[in-house]
Amino acid sequence: MNTLPKTLTGNTGLDEITEGGLPKGRPTLICGGPGCGKTLMSIEFLVKGAMRYNEPGVFMAFEEKADELTANVASLGFDLNKLQKQKKLKIDHVHIDRSEIEETGEFDLDGLFIRLGHAIDSIGAKRVVLDTIENLFGGLENQAILRAELRRLFHWLKEKGVTAIITGEKGDGSLTRNGLEEYVSDCVILLDHRIINQISTRRLRIIKYRGSFHGTNEYPFLIDEDGITVLPVTSLKLDKKVSSQRVSTGIPTLDEMFGGKGFYKGSSILVSGSAGTGKTSIAASFAHAICTKKEKCMFFAFEESPQQIIRNMRSIGFNFNQHIEKKLLEFHSFRPGLYGLEMHLSNIYKMVKKFKPSAVILDPITNLVSVGLISEVNSMLLRMIDHLQNEGITFMMTALNSGTTEHIDENVSSLVDSWILVRDVELHGERNRALYIMKSRGMEHSKEVREFLISSKGLNLVDVWRGSEGILIGSARKEKEKEAAVARKQTKSRNLKQIQ
Amino acid sequence: MAKKEKMWELRLYVAGKTTKSNTALKNLKKYCETHLKGQYKIEVIDLLVQPQLAEGDQIFAIPTLVRKVPEPIRKIIGDLSNEEKVLVGLNIRPVNEIL
Repeated sequence: MNTLPKTLTGNTGLDEITEGGLPKGRPTLICGGPGCGKTLMSIEFLVKGAMRYNEPGVFMAFEEKADELTANVASLGFDLNKLQKQKKLKIDHVHIDRSEIEETGEFDLDGLFIRLGHAIDSIGAKRVVLDTIENLFGGLENQAILRAELRRLFHWLKEKGVTAIITGEKGDGSLTRNGLEEYVSDCVILLDHRIINQISTRRLRIIKYRGSFHGTNEYPFLIDEDGITVLPVTSLKLDKKVSSQRVSTGIPTLDEMFGGKGFYKGSSILVSGSAGTGKTSIAASFAHAICTKKEKCMFFAFEESPQQIIRNMRSIGFNFNQHIEKKLLEFHSFRPGLYGLEMHLSNIYKMVKKFKPSAVILDPITNLVSVGLISEVNSMLLRMIDHLQNEGITFMMTALNSGTTEHIDENVSSLVDSWILVRDVELHGERNRALYIMKSRGMEHSKEVREFLISSKGLNLVDVWRGSEGILIGSARKEKEKEAAVARKQTKSRNLKQIQ
Repeated sequence: MAKKEKMWELRLYVAGKTTKSNTALKNLKKYCETHLKGQYKIEVIDLLVQPQLAEGDQIFAIPTLVRKVPEPIRKIIGDLSNEEKVLVGLNIRPVNEIL
């Protein structure tokens, strides 16, 4: 089977979704509401084309003037002036002002064709962007001629063999205000920008792509200082590398519960429990263990500031300042509501890419629910787990479960490899912590419930008391143990007496 | 009136010798002879020969008539078949009104 020739856009995510880029030598329509990133996406297509693939491009602007455009994208590191000087890019601003124009009788758009043709030929362009050609509809009265001419224009572009992007503003109930989708039928991409709970999320969807397979989902994308990032969709494939190496949890007695060796390297671990059960302490002890081995760890905190965590953890014997000084540990605190989930995800990706840690900690994931729906948080975490797993980074997250809120831990638990649960046990007028392993894939692990102790010496797990009275924990356990010790001593001495 | 001093510089953009451009030029000459006798200059630019000129005058439709002088610049697109519209567009007062 012949596959359709494609042109790489240079945007990794978009190229992945389209399985190789836009249809070569054909026009593609990018539509969406105002401010959805159409212009940016198309200018990126030209800039990347010129810089990476040596394909010069023509940008025909019907909206913005060339200098405005240049200024707008300069913040993204695109130097349009330089590219224009190198003859890799040509920007032509088509100014249409109804008040200056009178129409009478027959006309055609040969002027536009000649201009575009001249621009293409002058730099040998392979890529063309028309942004937004719909402005012609506002400038000209005779729509019948205009429509016929547009049809001719798109044919002409195909004949020219240039890969073109045509942008169009979204209309009511139609993809574009003036029905451009009628003329461009090879590939249509819809960009969308919606606000849910006051947080904006951008999404991209390929509505059609004639003669090619493509991802049909809505894919989130971001616009930040690096331009447009369509988030990686590699997570669709389940073919990650796995390691059989083990990493210590930082608590010897907890390692014991995990077959004596701890977690798998590159696995994902969920620590969940009710408030005040020591989830952050477990995470901190893990971070401490990683850094002690001279490996790097990255700690993302959504609740506490780095200083707070450092101070608090000092009280249980972890000195994080030394790790930070040695650049083994990096703390990042931000409020979940600061930006949308996707932005968080991409931010984390970027920082992880820069720091290259061997472990990442997210504390706690529960707070993300305030930013997105549970299903969205799930999908974000899934992608994050996949991404980190691919990189061989061990990933620990904590989750709060209380009786009232939805149980995010249960939703996430199917995605993680190991799940540690910490419980409050209230008995005999005191509150103690009990810890057990809910699951741990692919390894021998303890099924016991153990008592979890936090003291100035660090974290520790001890066996609970199992006896005729049931399970005892805390001071009741200590009491029993003392009794038992006394009883043992007594039996011992009695036995000795009997022997004597 | 300083009307005599007024010169009209008109520029007609065409693309090859098409029926539309011929009609436009014919119409334009007729109107000018009638209303601006001796006061006008017409320059015909064929974009097939000089494509680089299209950008400067912001031409996208063919034929386009541009009134360069007197300012401000006005544009009329089409074959100029409607005399009244052309006169209004160029802001020319018809001869019979002056009379």
